[in-house]
Amino acid sequence: MYGFGIVKGLGVVINHFIGSYIDDLRWAGKGGRYYNEEAFNVRQSPLGEGVKTVFYPEEKLSTPERFRFVPFLVTDDPPPGQRWGHDWCTACGICVKVCPAQCIWIERAKQPNGRPKSQPEKFFIDIDMCMNCGLCAEFCPFDAIKMDHDYELASYDRSTAHIHDKERLSKPLSYWREISPKKAEAEDIARKWAEAAKTKKRDKDGEGREDRIAEVAARQLYYKGLYY
Amino acid sequence: MSDIILEPTADAPGPDVELTPAQEATAKLKELHPNVLSDDTREGYEGMIVYADSITEVAKTLRDDLGFNYLSSVTGVDLIEEGKMEVVYHFYSIDRGGGPVVLKAQVNRDEPVLPSLVSIFPGADFQEREAYDMYGFNFLGHPDLRRILTWDGFAGHPLRKDWKEPFFEEEFKPYGSRWPDGQVFRVEEKTPYGKNVQYPPGWAPTGEEYDIETDVYLGLTYSRDATPGLKTDKVTVNLGPQHPSTHGVFRMVVTLDGETIVDLKPVVGYLHRNHEKIGERNTFIMNMPYTDRLDYLSSMSNNLGYALAVEKLFDLTVPERAEWIRILMVELTRIANHLWALGFLLNDLGALQTPMLYYYLERELIVDFFEAASGSRMMCNYMRFSGVAYDLPDDVRGMPTMKFLEELIYNNLPRAIDQGDDLMTGNEIVRARAIGVGVLTPEDAIAMSTAGPVLRASGVPYDIRRAEPYSYYDHLDFDVAVRYNGDIYDRYLIRVDEMRQSLRILQQVLPYLKQTEGAPIFGDKPQYAQRAPRSGESYGRVENPKGELGYYVTAKRRSGNPERYHVRAPSFINLTALGPMAKGHKVADVVAILGSIDIVLGEVDR
Amino acid sequence: MTVADTGSANGDIAIPDEVARNVFIGNIAKLLDPLYNWSRRNSIWPVTFGLACCAIEMICTASSRYDLARFGMEVFRATPRQSDLMIISGTVTKKMVPVIVRLYNQMPEPRYVLSMGACASGGGPFKEGYNVVDGIDKFLPVDVYVPGCPPTPQALINGLIALQEKIDQQSIATAPWYRKDDPTAGMLPVPVLGPDLVDLRQLDIIRAKAADYEAQVTESAGVEAAAQA
Repeated sequence: MYGFGIVKGLGVVINHFIGSYIDDLRWAGKGGRYYNEEAFNVRQSPLGEGVKTVFYPEEKLSTPERFRFVPFLVTDDPPPGQRWGHDWCTACGICVKVCPAQCIWIERAKQPNGRPKSQPEKFFIDIDMCMNCGLCAEFCPFDAIKMDHDYELASYDRSTAHIHDKERLSKPLSYWREISPKKAEAEDIARKWAEAAKTKKRDKDGEGREDRIAEVAARQLYYKGLYY
Repeated sequence: MSDIILEPTADAPGPDVELTPAQEATAKLKELHPNVLSDDTREGYEGMIVYADSITEVAKTLRDDLGFNYLSSVTGVDLIEEGKMEVVYHFYSIDRGGGPVVLKAQVNRDEPVLPSLVSIFPGADFQEREAYDMYGFNFLGHPDLRRILTWDGFAGHPLRKDWKEPFFEEEFKPYGSRWPDGQVFRVEEKTPYGKNVQYPPGWAPTGEEYDIETDVYLGLTYSRDATPGLKTDKVTVNLGPQHPSTHGVFRMVVTLDGETIVDLKPVVGYLHRNHEKIGERNTFIMNMPYTDRLDYLSSMSNNLGYALAVEKLFDLTVPERAEWIRILMVELTRIANHLWALGFLLNDLGALQTPMLYYYLERELIVDFFEAASGSRMMCNYMRFSGVAYDLPDDVRGMPTMKFLEELIYNNLPRAIDQGDDLMTGNEIVRARAIGVGVLTPEDAIAMSTAGPVLRASGVPYDIRRAEPYSYYDHLDFDVAVRYNGDIYDRYLIRVDEMRQSLRILQQVLPYLKQTEGAPIFGDKPQYAQRAPRSGESYGRVENPKGELGYYVTAKRRSGNPERYHVRAPSFINLTALGPMAKGHKVADVVAILGSIDIVLGEVDR
Repeated sequence: MTVADTGSANGDIAIPDEVARNVFIGNIAKLLDPLYNWSRRNSIWPVTFGLACCAIEMICTASSRYDLARFGMEVFRATPRQSDLMIISGTVTKKMVPVIVRLYNQMPEPRYVLSMGACASGGGPFKEGYNVVDGIDKFLPVDVYVPGCPPTPQALINGLIALQEKIDQQSIATAPWYRKDDPTAGMLPVPVLGPDLVDLRQLDIIRAKAADYEAQVTESAGVEAAAQA
């Protein structure tokens, strides 16, 4: 019948329209559907029905652990009275060598005698070039560079705001633990394994080599994918 | 992994196994043209080198006598050390499937002239223009040899190895200025004009070069009506580059007779971001995130194609769980992409916004999963050589991952597809606008090298997942969706069919994912600087949602950078068919025909 | 005596008390600005103008999950003449930049430009590419930059809120678009494609460099000739 297809389509639209109100009613007794954390989580999962809008900035979608925005540098938790603790970065340059857009600049610190010191003197990231690919964080052997979850970076002037220097980039470990708890925990364990492997090496030269290799492999596995 | 879930497939070619179609054709071709063909004896290379002037005859034999009727990829390579340039052709057989017959025509670098294949394979049209633009090959007999990605008047041929861009810093990444004494700078601070520009030495503007648009209109047929009576003039109209229905910065120059289209020329290059030039400076791993930005709606599939090409070159193996995860990701990408494409196609057909909004809601769930798994909604950067970057996440949006996937695959997505069916498929307006419009015959579809849904909607059941299976597709049970009318409506329906087939695949993949939980997800340890263990070439191709996506990668031994990095972009080559399909239709139909091809400009222009 | 802040350029004017009690004396702009800005900030209409990857996130932002209609911005206009905001959503290439500047010139004032993503702000990962403009702010005045590659929809909304805040700061009294005597004052020169992109504001520099080069060539030719002689 001519016109049947259109009517059928309109039925779908009306279903959607009514469905949004039905879901409102369903949540009416449970603290309402909007600005309610529980309702919000259900609404954004596959089980959600009806209106699925995220009322940003009042409601914000949580960022998953692996979420990647502009990178930051991890430092130790700062001692009282100071803003940063000890840098984890050793200025080894692996993040620079793997960065596809070449947006990282590192100046390695020097000892008084002119020898290189494993610490960055300066560290810059041009976030106008950064493609948030996360390769730096993935390949950093010291867990020193991580991808941030803070995406609210809009600015009025890019010449001052868009080159992040070391001061701007450094954030304490506690921040990383906060935004990505499981990842941070897995890294802790992996680091401990690596430490243990090192001491073993010192204890018995030549012996226990296989154990050590197995542990390093396990660390790699743990580190790269299985748990976070 | 203790127990192997899958039986090994019996396609490993032993000495007594009969020849593959490509080997057979190669042997026959050598018999037929003994004087002009010689084996490519360089280490790691395959195929044959053709005497450049005879390429048309050889191609004709391949098409007519040997059944290799599909010219997939044409690309140039600059062999600067030998003072030569070569054009690499990949031919496939639609009927028999299997690997390619690779031909290479070498010409002198100073005078790169060779015959064009457009008369035999019309699908070579854009690719030869691209090779001309990037390398300066002069294809004799090409009907419309103009620059395609850059503009007429552009100085130089950028992909030649001795051509330097204004922001040139070093031949290869990583740059020395970044570490250990990296002092931040913006590259423009170091160029004379403070911008990313350079002019030939001594060049000053005279005012004449401002008139750059004339070349665009050259290829259009335009004739006055010679018959007596009322005279009507034809009008040339530009659709784009800023137009809500061109899906990005795409431009069509259309000659109209009243409302009817007489001729149509696509003008592309408005999003040409030098993917290949940058790709040849990058190390292998660095190209992975760049591939995300090709077809930015299906970054997972792009990753897979590149990973396959490099794995072939590096001789890497992929563990089982990684393969299943890859298939999961790629098929979800296919659904996400088709949801997007259908939303836009229906938008173009006049169903403004409503179906689009419904489809995108479901796409958001897939994108959420990608975000949880890889860290980014669109630019996944998820595949690595010999595996994937991370295992599946623990939970997605507060739900355990497997439960989320089950919910998605068994509930949400089928419901969304059915709902879209109810909403639009039977709609009389859509049917009236789509049925019989923009017809592409199967012969034309093959000749013009179209791929993916466009090819299959014309009745050619060619799907790389079946024709030359990669990953574990030969273990999976699914049908190659095919429709036979080749009009807009069929191209709409085939995407719905393909989504259903993808769901079928996903439903088969889920149990394997559960079984392999905890298994390794990468073979060899991923390294930040992988070097090619051997020199050679490789061509990896996947069935992207848009069609055949191929990566042609060559490398020197111990080199960390690809020497040549070419992307065979399906949307780009599918556009060859746009002009012929649109001819004779009304202006309003062009938009719908374009929507039914489903292009993404990031991939068209690269 | 009351000293009224009229916001006029003449400075403060002393007004007798009896007048001040009966007549409104004050800064009209200060009264009107909130109303004026409130209406403008809640009806910013963007151009339907997507360039690259970021455009996808822009469309996602406009669709039902993030719903730009909450900010009065859902009316994407296909013509620049009806729009207030241009979201530069993606890589700006040299081939495209003349079109973008022309579109910008066609937008009626007040007009705003939001540079979305790394590519639009500074070239992004494609910065070194020969066909890429390293930042749209080399050609257009940009109001808000949103970093990210691509910015998530929430990041884009964050940028749009920043734009609203910027609009709140503006005042009728100082709005540049009411102050122009020359109707073409807001028009920017459209760049031209020659052997490379030519910014018409740089013509003098380009000519000077070409002349320098010519001089060098003739000089070195002269030196050679002298050496030969």
